Amino acid sequence: MGHIFVIAEHRQGELRDITFEMLYKARALGREHAHTLTAVVLGGPDSGFGDRLAPWADRVVVMEDDRLSAFDADIYTAALLKLVTDEAPFLTLMGHTPWGMDLAPALSVRAGLPVATDCVDILLEEGGPVAIRQIYNGKLYSRVGFKASTGYMMTVRPGAFSLDEAPPEDGAGEVATRALDAEVPESRKEFVEFVDTGGGEVDIAQADLLVSVGRGVGEAENIDAVKALAELLGGTLSCSRPVVDRHWLPKYHQVGTSGKTVKPKVYLALGISGAFQHVAGIAGAGTVIAVNKDGKAPIFRVADYGVVDDLFTVVDALKEKITSG
Amino acid sequence: MDIVVCIKRVPLIQEVDLEINDAQTGVRDEALAYVINDWDNYAVEEAVILKEQLGGSVTAITVGSEADEEVLRRALAMGADQALRIDPGSRQLDGFVISRILTKAIGTMTYDLILTGVQADDDNGGMVGSMVAEGLGIGHAAVITAINIKDGEAVVHTELEGGMDEVSKVKLPALLSIQTGINEPRYVSIMGIRKARKKELKVTDLESLGLSEDDLTPRTVVEQVFFPPETAGAEMIQGDAGAVAETLLNLLKEKGVSK
Ligand SMILES: Cc1cc2nc3c(=O)[nH]c(=O)nc-3n(C[C@H](O)[C@H](O)[C@H](O)COP(=O)(O)OP(=O)(O)OC[C@H]3O[C@@H](n4cnc5c(N)ncnc54)[C@H](O)[C@@H]3O)c2cc1C
Repeated sequence: MGHIFVIAEHRQGELRDITFEMLYKARALGREHAHTLTAVVLGGPDSGFGDRLAPWADRVVVMEDDRLSAFDADIYTAALLKLVTDEAPFLTLMGHTPWGMDLAPALSVRAGLPVATDCVDILLEEGGPVAIRQIYNGKLYSRVGFKASTGYMMTVRPGAFSLDEAPPEDGAGEVATRALDAEVPESRKEFVEFVDTGGGEVDIAQADLLVSVGRGVGEAENIDAVKALAELLGGTLSCSRPVVDRHWLPKYHQVGTSGKTVKPKVYLALGISGAFQHVAGIAGAGTVIAVNKDGKAPIFRVADYGVVDDLFTVVDALKEKITSG
Repeated sequence: MDIVVCIKRVPLIQEVDLEINDAQTGVRDEALAYVINDWDNYAVEEAVILKEQLGGSVTAITVGSEADEEVLRRALAMGADQALRIDPGSRQLDGFVISRILTKAIGTMTYDLILTGVQADDDNGGMVGSMVAEGLGIGHAAVITAINIKDGEAVVHTELEGGMDEVSKVKLPALLSIQTGINEPRYVSIMGIRKARKKELKVTDLESLGLSEDDLTPRTVVEQVFFPPETAGAEMIQGDAGAVAETLLNLLKEKGVSK
């Protein structure tokens, strides 16, 4: 019997979905293995997060301080180090998010606790915890064990566990407020502002049909062929990240975790491998059709229909059929 | 501005049928082609851009075998001044051990900035940068899409989810993990790589770094690598291109999205 800690993540006054996904999983693990579940939230004064988390955990630890208002790896690491040293949780979970990726590995080194990142499943076995991860962009999975330790850390992939909208009925955790009692170093980072990078001429989130192109398109000049198809079909052009990275299309076309979450009736993915950061953006799509030369591309695991072929062959054949009526 | 950039050579995996090795702990690597990790390519370019703007030097480092020198030569051709390969011999490596090795090696250098990629395309771990920063006791920020150096500080953009950046000022020295798209990596010709052979590429081993047994003890162990669990998967549409196109158009009609 030990404690599982879930470190809540929030931005601009809102708890993020990953927080509840981790709580949902941790709660199931706790029930099964008789561990207690503690939600930990660091934030500015009067955040109100404690009460919102209470139904989900056995206990909520709230640390509120001006210095915790903005995410700061230095200060968050110091605060969490004190907490995990004092309370020695058996397992500590954080989101595999931009902030979690910054914080968790550093904390793991400072606290001397082993960490596995981007976990899609968590098993608690007799020999110790086991992390299930995807490697090679989802083409393979790995089962990862840990060097024996008093506690373990994992960062959890967003979307890996279900998001239960309603809090569990039997949940009523007590909320304990704790001062920021750690020796906090002077911060080496100063928050300036949040800026929106996703806006533009077209809102792909509104489209019913998205014709989406990935790195498989090969080069900038080839985008036109796909664009022409999108127009013929009356659809909207979207893309994966490498297409934006290479400046083949502006950012507002990008689908995925760092781009837009879309919900078209049909999503036609052309030359997209299906990395989780991409497919996380199409979870709300009605029907997903994937065209890829590689029959083992992970996109076929989430698509409803698949074609293993060169995307240009399929694009040309579609155009031909449409124009010839 | 003295910059250290940590890079890795990874297999190309698109359009490749990965096979699992006999021990089931990794992939069979005999038939794979290798490239510089995409994220690291952007990190090298960013280091070279900053050097061109501000002066100073760029040192590229990798932990790997002789074959991995390929990515160091590439970095030298892009404009790095020197390179270091740390040979781990037959040691088991995980993100933690690699971070200890890099921490020791970089600890003896002078630097203002350390760059890594956000993650590598093989293990998709994304942990080494933050661990190295912690080991060196310097500030860090992850998933960086813009860097502006001003008065001993880096003004950086951290890419968050959903089309939002967080802008912050980070005191130097610092470690930043670089996101793809931050710049446009320059083209590297074979000629360029050949010319860069004149630049210094040092090789060292673990013994000379003075690492402890604890430093070299992996914190995680890959117990098994396996193929993705079966899912319902996609219904595959077969036939020649014309037949496929017809099926697809019918599907679009059925789903109510065709013109
Ligand atoms: C923090 C973070 C955030 C990220 N956010 C996003 C995001 O928001 N959106 C996003 O998309 N990615 C995102 N990524 C990147 C993501 O991990 C992948 O690298 C990316 O999605 C890959 O894009 P792709 O599928 O187009 O390219 P690849 O993975 O290179 O796949 C190209 C595919 O095209 C196929 N192909 C090649 N030629 C042809 C052809 N002629 N015909 C048919 N098929 C062909 C190949 O078989 C391959 O499967 C993010 C990564 C990180 C670390």
